[in-house]
Amino acid sequence: MNIKHHLDEATLMSYAAGSMSQAMALVVACHLSMCTACRNRAHESEAIGGMLLDNLKPAPVGDDALAQVLACIDGLPELEAEPSGASLNTSLNNRASCEKAESFSSNNDQITSASSVPSPLDDYIGSSLEHIEWNRIVPGVHYHDLPCKTERGGVSRLLRIAPGKAMLPHSHDGNELTLILRGSFTDEVGRFTVGDIADLDNEIQHQPLVDSNEDCICLIATDAPLKFSTLLGKIVQPMTGF
Amino acid sequence: MESKPPGEDVNNVVSMRQAEAPKRWSDRLSDLAKTKDKALYIQLFKHFAPKVKAYIIRLGLVETTAEELMQETMLAVWRKAHLFNPSKAAASTWIFTLARNQSIDWMRKQKYPEYGLESWHEEPDDESDVCEQVVTSDRMAKVISQLPEDQAQVIYMSFYEGRSHSDISARLGVPLGSVKSRIRLASGKIKMMWSDDV
Ligand SMILES: [Zn+2]
Repeated sequence: MNIKHHLDEATLMSYAAGSMSQAMALVVACHLSMCTACRNRAHESEAIGGMLLDNLKPAPVGDDALAQVLACIDGLPELEAEPSGASLNTSLNNRASCEKAESFSSNNDQITSASSVPSPLDDYIGSSLEHIEWNRIVPGVHYHDLPCKTERGGVSRLLRIAPGKAMLPHSHDGNELTLILRGSFTDEVGRFTVGDIADLDNEIQHQPLVDSNEDCICLIATDAPLKFSTLLGKIVQPMTGF
Repeated sequence: MESKPPGEDVNNVVSMRQAEAPKRWSDRLSDLAKTKDKALYIQLFKHFAPKVKAYIIRLGLVETTAEELMQETMLAVWRKAHLFNPSKAAASTWIFTLARNQSIDWMRKQKYPEYGLESWHEEPDDESDVCEQVVTSDRMAKVISQLPEDQAQVIYMSFYEGRSHSDISARLGVPLGSVKSRIRLASGKIKMMWSDDV
């Protein structure tokens, strides 16, 4: 994969800090699963969090905290060598903490082929782009909403746009992340192919045009509603929810 | 902490002291993966649990929740120790990400999308310029203490208070673009310092 468009530094930092909406974080995590360069940059940003942790003034922990955690450890089956596996029934104060911890070792590998889905997106749509239920906005433009929480009325969705179609020109009130999963498009910023991410903020107005032979599928998240700059866009906005 | 204005504790960041021998903890954590030695785990617990709890409290969660999430984080340290790679990260960095994910998941009642803990374990590759991460905490403390206050503040508000760019922008009364450029500047300095030292 030849990725040319990467995450903005401020975006990576926000992701590393855990201060991003789930919708935006999903797009970031998907790009990270496809891009070694950004993954290394993310590790550097997370090192800031580690340093801050190192330097924190300790807070007193409960007297029995260690005993409780050790009891939970003793209740664990010996499955540490095989990271994924059956759900755990051992419980620490019936908090289901073990099950919860288990659930996030399920992220498997990085994306392996153009047709597979980045692993963080798996949880939402399964492992294939072929079985998505699409809703039509206008001919040649379809969407599928993802159940991600956003702040300030942003959205998180998949878009499928036919060759030769343009998205409506728009600018942003907040940030917009667009990750290409299939096909390609070109806008004022450049050409975007699979794995590329457009990381835009309110400085930029753009109108992406699909220039691949196949439908272009992208994962989009915004943290505020888009501002459409044409009259048509303003009319369509209430219908599309953008 | 709700009663304080945001970012007030920025002096804590600016006057940050050098962390105590992070490499030692990274070695212990990777030994733990191999040996599953409880005594080793107890040492790690005693060192990190109070810091993890302090971090979670700073995100604005109440004591009892922080205690619970701290325990879950420390349990994850035991369970996932085999995914830790000391050439990729300091122990504190790795434990920070576990604590971050636990807290965010709890606050949202939804999973914080994650790019996979496996990537913590992948071998360093040639195209990237991965430095010896184990010593970075030391350097980072030094670098952050040298940042201009407005830059240290946005880093602080992101990591310790979990605030989004737009939230920071609203609270400080500066445009979103300025928040982002402060973060970029801070990050550029931190990373430059890194490569200078290597
Ligand atoms: Zn990238």
